[in-house]
Amino acid sequence: MSENNIRFVQGNEACAMAAMYAGLDFYAGYPITPSTEIAEILAERLPAQGKKFIQMEDEIASMCAIIGASLTGHKVMTATSGPGFSLKQEALGYAIMAEIPCVIVNVQRGGPSTGNPTQVSQGDVNQARWGTHGDHAIVALTASNHQDVFAMTVEAFNIAETYRTPVILLFDEVVGHLREKLVVPEPGELPLVERLHTSVREGVNYHPYLPREDGRLPMSDFGGVHRYNVTGLYHDMWGFPTDKPELVEDLMRHLMRKIDYAATSLTHHKAYFMDDADTVLISYGSSARSALALVERMRLRGQRIGLLELQTIWPFPEQLVQDYTKNAEVIGVVEMNTGQLVQAVRLAVNNPQRVYLINRIDNRLITDKDIRQTLRAIQGKGV
Amino acid sequence: MSVHDYIRERFFPHMWCAGCGHGTILNGLIRAVSELGIRKRNLVMVTGIGCSARISGYVDFHSLHTIHGRALAFATGVKLSRPELNVIVPMGDGDGLSIGGNHFIHAARRNINLTALIMNNRTYGMTGGQFSPMSGLGIKASTAPYNNIDNSFDVVELAKAAGATFVARTTTFHVNQLSDLIKAAIQHNGFSVVEIFTQCPTYFGRKNKLGGAPEMLQVFKERTVPVGSPKKQEDPSLMERGIFVDIDRPEYCDEYRKLIERAQEG
Amino acid sequence: MAKKKLKEHVINRHWCKGCGICVSLCPKKVLELDEFDKVVAAHPEQCITCKLCEKICPDLAITVEIEEVEEAKAHE
Repeated sequence: MSENNIRFVQGNEACAMAAMYAGLDFYAGYPITPSTEIAEILAERLPAQGKKFIQMEDEIASMCAIIGASLTGHKVMTATSGPGFSLKQEALGYAIMAEIPCVIVNVQRGGPSTGNPTQVSQGDVNQARWGTHGDHAIVALTASNHQDVFAMTVEAFNIAETYRTPVILLFDEVVGHLREKLVVPEPGELPLVERLHTSVREGVNYHPYLPREDGRLPMSDFGGVHRYNVTGLYHDMWGFPTDKPELVEDLMRHLMRKIDYAATSLTHHKAYFMDDADTVLISYGSSARSALALVERMRLRGQRIGLLELQTIWPFPEQLVQDYTKNAEVIGVVEMNTGQLVQAVRLAVNNPQRVYLINRIDNRLITDKDIRQTLRAIQGKGV
Repeated sequence: MSVHDYIRERFFPHMWCAGCGHGTILNGLIRAVSELGIRKRNLVMVTGIGCSARISGYVDFHSLHTIHGRALAFATGVKLSRPELNVIVPMGDGDGLSIGGNHFIHAARRNINLTALIMNNRTYGMTGGQFSPMSGLGIKASTAPYNNIDNSFDVVELAKAAGATFVARTTTFHVNQLSDLIKAAIQHNGFSVVEIFTQCPTYFGRKNKLGGAPEMLQVFKERTVPVGSPKKQEDPSLMERGIFVDIDRPEYCDEYRKLIERAQEG
Repeated sequence: MAKKKLKEHVINRHWCKGCGICVSLCPKKVLELDEFDKVVAAHPEQCITCKLCEKICPDLAITVEIEEVEEAKAHE
């Protein structure tokens, strides 16, 4: 680490820098608060590296354009917030079905509808999971500080390329707009996964949708020697539409399993003071910052409280949460919504009756004091 | 190369109805690319949803069958990320001008080098014959049982106003003009639009008592005239065929290349 | 001088859906639909090799094969 690598940046800038570190070739987007800085930064920096930025006519077109660009062999990303994330859902489902690597950033703001563009919320957790129609698996990562925003953004590209899947980066307004220190990793410091290209030669049958033994599906770029079909319809291993029940079932199982079976390696988290914690806070994104502040303060007073910060939200890290909460007397899920991830936590733990929601839904950042107040109520200590 | 070298023969006979004009458009399109001698690996076809969209499955190009109305947005990503590829985007009239209307005008405004074909059969065939933004007044459709009161677009005027630099129109009756115009559109450096009147005997023809495919083609023959024909003055209800716009204006990917040069000097 | 002469109408009966477009538009009434509603070249001798049927066929089912013959021979 050299001093030159130290920056004082917004979370959105950390995300943009990390995307370029990961090898972003093509960005398409549409202005929307509070994610716009990502587009602005990339509009300036991508062309300077000979790469492409395009401002499309709407959110839908942005999502579609990155899918098109991914198929020509490029690393791609778009960024948006609430209403824009809603608009992208159909094309997001297309990327799931057609197995197109791409990264979608959603810097969460208040909602539903326009809500409040300039304030924070974590109301899109379940939308990230089930926003697009139909049965599907999804990967969604998040982060609470800029160093982790950087790391998770790079990881999002790596997961997208490894599993041929869209990956959602579910940040929030506070993380996106907050300025803090970032130590930019040296080139090579963080591992990068590049597009896996098929070794099948010209003239030999290439199957774009036939997984290898290790589950990965090598790609061939549009413009390359292999011509194949890409569709949002159920399809066979060549990519051509099919309605054969056995092929449809195989495809559906493949799409679910490639994510579900990888859940352990997809799981990223941070554990703070968890070794002997009888009160366990589970949080993510900016609310985890407040939770950590409280945990650190209460530890000084000798209270056995810990924080499990989830960085992978989907697929939900059930085993991890179960392991960390086995002996917990109180499990407090801290989030800024009416209770979204808390549902997944209740399903995962052995003692769901001990799971409590600690939240704030007024579009303001939940504070350590808010969390402490609710905890005291839960523990019967009065407020 | 022959026409048959450019199609995926294993999927024939195709899924379109007997007499559907979409097959004639496929026929003309294949003749156009074959006569231009474009290598198949340099051809990308992007389509949306509907009867028209199925055309991408039948051509032995890189084929991208996407979601309803968004073909031009996907195609923009393909083209800008790899400008050396020829990107052809056939769309239906509902697909391209209703749900996809915004992408149509903005792709035209950008003047990005895509070849947009509007396969205009004036109906939503795949879903059973509902009225489209091209059906026009007085037309009967499954969602216009009391005759349509929705005005239609003029695709040529729309494309011109939005900034397309090549705009043409023909029909599935005029097969030589069909392949000639597609050829010219592919060769044009900029956003090109070819509107092709195509017959849907199954829904549009049947609901409006227009007879079968041969009778509908006869109407294309009798009710259209070459651009600038004096007959149009005598009978303004005739539709003109031919090239309406063919101009040189800076193309988006070319301009992007220059933008990169400026950014790198900077 | 070479002149174009019909060699054969190659008709893919499997692809033909019998829409009758070619039958109705052929300027020399060369084509007919048979009892299975598939197109056949009933009067190939009248063909002027304009290829309209090949170009308009929505099923891509017709290929008009042409050979070049010497002008003199063509009049035989």
